[in-house]
Amino acid sequence: MVDTIVFVLAALVILSGALGVILARNPVHSALMLIMTLFGVAVVFVAQEAHFLAAVQVIVYAGAIVVLFLFVIMLLGVDQADSIETEPIGGQRPAAGVVALASVGLLVLLAVRAVQVSSGARSTSSALDGEGTNLEKLARVLFTDYLFAFEATSALLVIAVVGAVVLARKPAAEDVQDRKGVGALGRTRSGSGR
Amino acid sequence: MTSTAAVLAQQGDLLVKPEVEWVAITPLLVLVGGSLLLLTLSALTTRRPRRGTYALFTVLTCAGAIIASVALWDRVQDPARGEFTALVGALTIDGFTVFFSVLIALSIALAALVADDYLRREDLEGPELYALMLLSGAGGIVMAMANDLIVVFLGLEILSIALYVMAGMHLRRVESQESAIKYFVLGAFSSAFLLYGIALVYGATGSTNLSEIAAFLSQNVLESEGLLLAGFALLLVGLGFKVAAVPFHVWTPDVYQGAPSPVTAFMASASKAAAFAALLRVFFSAFSNHASDWRPIIWVLAVLTMVVGAVLAVVQRDVKRMLAYSSINHAGFSLVAVHANTERGVAGALFYLLAYAFMVLGSFAVVTLVGRRGDAAHDVDDYRGLARERPVLALAFTVFLLSQAGVPLTAGFFAKFYVIGAAAEAESYALAVIAMVTAVISAFLYLRIIVTMYFAGDEAEGDAATGRHRVAIPFGAGVSLAAAVAFTLLIGILPGLVADFARDAVPVLLSAAP
Repeated sequence: MVDTIVFVLAALVILSGALGVILARNPVHSALMLIMTLFGVAVVFVAQEAHFLAAVQVIVYAGAIVVLFLFVIMLLGVDQADSIETEPIGGQRPAAGVVALASVGLLVLLAVRAVQVSSGARSTSSALDGEGTNLEKLARVLFTDYLFAFEATSALLVIAVVGAVVLARKPAAEDVQDRKGVGALGRTRSGSGR
Repeated sequence: MTSTAAVLAQQGDLLVKPEVEWVAITPLLVLVGGSLLLLTLSALTTRRPRRGTYALFTVLTCAGAIIASVALWDRVQDPARGEFTALVGALTIDGFTVFFSVLIALSIALAALVADDYLRREDLEGPELYALMLLSGAGGIVMAMANDLIVVFLGLEILSIALYVMAGMHLRRVESQESAIKYFVLGAFSSAFLLYGIALVYGATGSTNLSEIAAFLSQNVLESEGLLLAGFALLLVGLGFKVAAVPFHVWTPDVYQGAPSPVTAFMASASKAAAFAALLRVFFSAFSNHASDWRPIIWVLAVLTMVVGAVLAVVQRDVKRMLAYSSINHAGFSLVAVHANTERGVAGALFYLLAYAFMVLGSFAVVTLVGRRGDAAHDVDDYRGLARERPVLALAFTVFLLSQAGVPLTAGFFAKFYVIGAAAEAESYALAVIAMVTAVISAFLYLRIIVTMYFAGDEAEGDAATGRHRVAIPFGAGVSLAAAVAFTLLIGILPGLVADFARDAVPVLLSAAP
């Protein structure tokens, strides 16, 4: 009974937040509504006893990522509203409506038929049963079975750092050309001399 | 893998450290280590190093990776020791792994040699491109050795995220920025599909480990296959995007055109090969029980990819776009080999990917040089009279183009021959016929470029008067071109060498480590 009430309340929070994201006129409000949705999802995680995921949801998504959104919105300027009256591609909106209706239809169909696909019974996997807390088990799996995957993510971090440096660097073409006093032609010619 | 977790759970709090088979990941360690060393050393030295130092370092790193791979090959092919899974079943080390390690390391080396002068020409000098290329290549190797869907995904991300950055490296070309954004947005989208597919397959089979998935599927009959089939479809979307299969190809022409030419060379060779490696690992070895489910999808993808690639390539004017569409056509040929779903088919796909890597690296090396400063002269007209101006360069380009067209005595002939042979053996005659027809259509395109280079040179004087200068052939790119020509012709004349290598490199599926 409590489960159902929690689920309904959380679902209401999630859905109203999601609607708020796309309906709010002010982008800052949209971002704040997104936080509400993410909190709702965190509540659902807690209800499923996935405490670690709930914490990650709040810290990483609601905390870090949405704050990043807000940074970007603030840096670009809240006042500059894009005009949404012009249509870059003709017929896009009716097409979007049709696709949206079709998607909703599919979802409803899936929900109706899902009784056959997912019976609600326990899936074949049962890795996280047994003694110990959620976090402990995650840590265990992370440092044994998924050790390689865990370590491989470090390569991603290196790429992110290098990429950020590369892409944020200002191009210095004009400076270089002025300093050396060589134009485009001269440089390539000197290159061909070798 | 769940078994390991269960054993650990019984042992209480004691965490048994998993065994790490360092020898299995030596090629990876060399590439990643080389990349980190390059970044560290270049950050510590204040003086600019001599020209070519970074490229030389990259080539040496790749040579190291190839040597490590060859050592691994000896171990894997030794009947006494054979293939093995490493790192708690996350990786499979077999001939397939070694094959792709060698292919990717060679691609990095050849692309780095071309990039050397390119970066100097465009005032973009620095170690970053090389470091990213090495890391990206390491991601490709991870995809080839993955025995777990999570590892496939991570390898794909390491490969792709580095590529997004590399595509946008030319900071003064708007096209480069545009291609990076396009590639990033669409790539992230396709990664989401792949991830969703992994989640559904996990839901249906209870594991992300390929060995365990295969074991589960061979022992159980699913009452309702919806989840598994949806998982297959989404995995195919994610991987199809990376190999540029129609209808997931839309990004290819724009990104190939906009990215710096040496990066395009790397993208077309190593990245495509890595994506095919993952496709074969997942579908050929893990989902082989369900081949009747996914083979028809591959059939449709292969036909669409070959036809659209060949037809749209012919109507392009920009040579980079032409080669982009022709690379789509080549992806279709490799899909034909995947569709065969036999050992011979896989060997054909591997042969094709290796042969194609050299052709496309060489082609884009020529494109890089002809592009001149600014990386903009890519119209067909810019190749007018190249044969008179730079006969050797034009000859090399001719070899690559003829090879892509599949003319005998070049690598491309045997690549197409093995693929079509495998399709015929699998009794997919329609597919074989369509493949041959598209080969003829795309041959028209390659001949068009060749004709422009050789027979349309009358206006060359006019061009010279308007200030166009000779195409420069720097040393590094020259070495890269020579190597690519040599390999293309060598494979074309003695295909047995590579064919044997490919046949011994068919992926195996090992049961999870106890």
